[in-house]
Amino acid sequence: MAEEVKVFGVWGSPFSCRVKIALKIKGIEYEYIEEDLQNKSSLLLKYNPVHKKIPVLLHNGKPIVESLLIIEYIDETWKDNPLLPQDPHERAQARFWAKFVDEKCLPSLWKACWAEEVERETAMGEAWKNLELFERELEGKRFFGGEAIGLVDIAAIRIAFWINVAQEAIGVEILNKEKFFILWNWIDELLGCSIIKENLPPREKLSAYYRTRAAAAKGSK
Amino acid sequence: MGEVEVKLLGSWMSPFVRRVQWALKLKGVTYEYLEEDLKKKSPRLLNYNPIHKKIPVLVIDGKPIAESPVIIEFIDDMWKHNPILPIDPYERSVARFWAKFIDEKLSNVVRMALFSEGEEQEKAVKESIESFEIVERELFKEKTLIGAGEGIGYLEIILGSFCTWLPAIEEGAGFKVFDSNKFPLVNKWMTDFLELSIVKEDLPPRDRLVSYFQQIRHFVLATKK
Repeated sequence: MAEEVKVFGVWGSPFSCRVKIALKIKGIEYEYIEEDLQNKSSLLLKYNPVHKKIPVLLHNGKPIVESLLIIEYIDETWKDNPLLPQDPHERAQARFWAKFVDEKCLPSLWKACWAEEVERETAMGEAWKNLELFERELEGKRFFGGEAIGLVDIAAIRIAFWINVAQEAIGVEILNKEKFFILWNWIDELLGCSIIKENLPPREKLSAYYRTRAAAAKGSK
Repeated sequence: MGEVEVKLLGSWMSPFVRRVQWALKLKGVTYEYLEEDLKKKSPRLLNYNPIHKKIPVLVIDGKPIAESPVIIEFIDDMWKHNPILPIDPYERSVARFWAKFIDEKLSNVVRMALFSEGEEQEKAVKESIESFEIVERELFKEKTLIGAGEGIGYLEIILGSFCTWLPAIEEGAGFKVFDSNKFPLVNKWMTDFLELSIVKEDLPPRDRLVSYFQQIRHFVLATKK
């Protein structure tokens, strides 16, 4: 049966990146459609009427939305190279930590990145607390998924790349190399994988975007 | 299959705990229930959920699982009979989508309304109503999506637990989000849901819940000042 797989995304989005990586790990061919978020296509609005956001995975005409849910869909549809563990308890842990990345870790990291001088120490404290908890999950493992990249690794690419690039562009150091050397080993391993490298947005382009934002933030004071 | 030791840390007043209890009941799983005092969190709770320090926590042979949607998916993975989530991957993704929407755009926002006042509360109430409008308009489009009485599954558990608790929260905090005239499809669904024996049999008494939400609101607002 001919599969029709399309991904609606945006070049700089960590969320559409997650979907591309999951499909690549599974060896699934897809058509990528770049959306202009200032001028959303009628297709996007049709496929995601509730949130009107990317990414959207379209599989044989059926839309699936929300990046972590898309990854679960991909894992359940194409069985090779599993992204989640088989054991129910380990699956639960993977889902828990993927949620933690999006709901606790990333918001605190972004807050610390963009914090004003006066709030920075508190924001940094909160971000570090979450990173410490997260890093502990890695202990002894090459990836969060074990020997192979899994759901949590894909979810945490936001930390490995986006926060990484942003903090450098803004001129802060939340993800401190000495303090989080275990996490940094993981970042190096992850970003060293060709399947990851090939699907990340161009570093310089993303960095320029953050530099512009940082300058605008400073300018508006 | 070997017996596993199952414990549930919870609180009588939590809709999130109730979700897990319904899921366990659907699977016919025996478990030990441990009531937690949230004003004075036990060492056992802090040990089992050090990250969020919240209930529910399901403990399987001493290993904890936290976050009610994660727990329910675990229960479904662990005990394969009487599936809670749909079998088809696309239908699963739709159920999970709406569960996430309900938790993020309704549960969380109503909690904000519960623990705020004035303009902040008005904003949260307005957002909750907008979320209900989306549910009314989009969730019941395909009849297969949700059908209380035909069987209670993942999405029914998530939406049902929230809707069952909502009237007590509204009364306890003194705001109104759910107008049954405005949301006839949700209202009909809710009425049918409340008739299910699994739901009816051990709901906490309404006045006890109302009193609880009044007190907790008072406490949180006083602490904010």
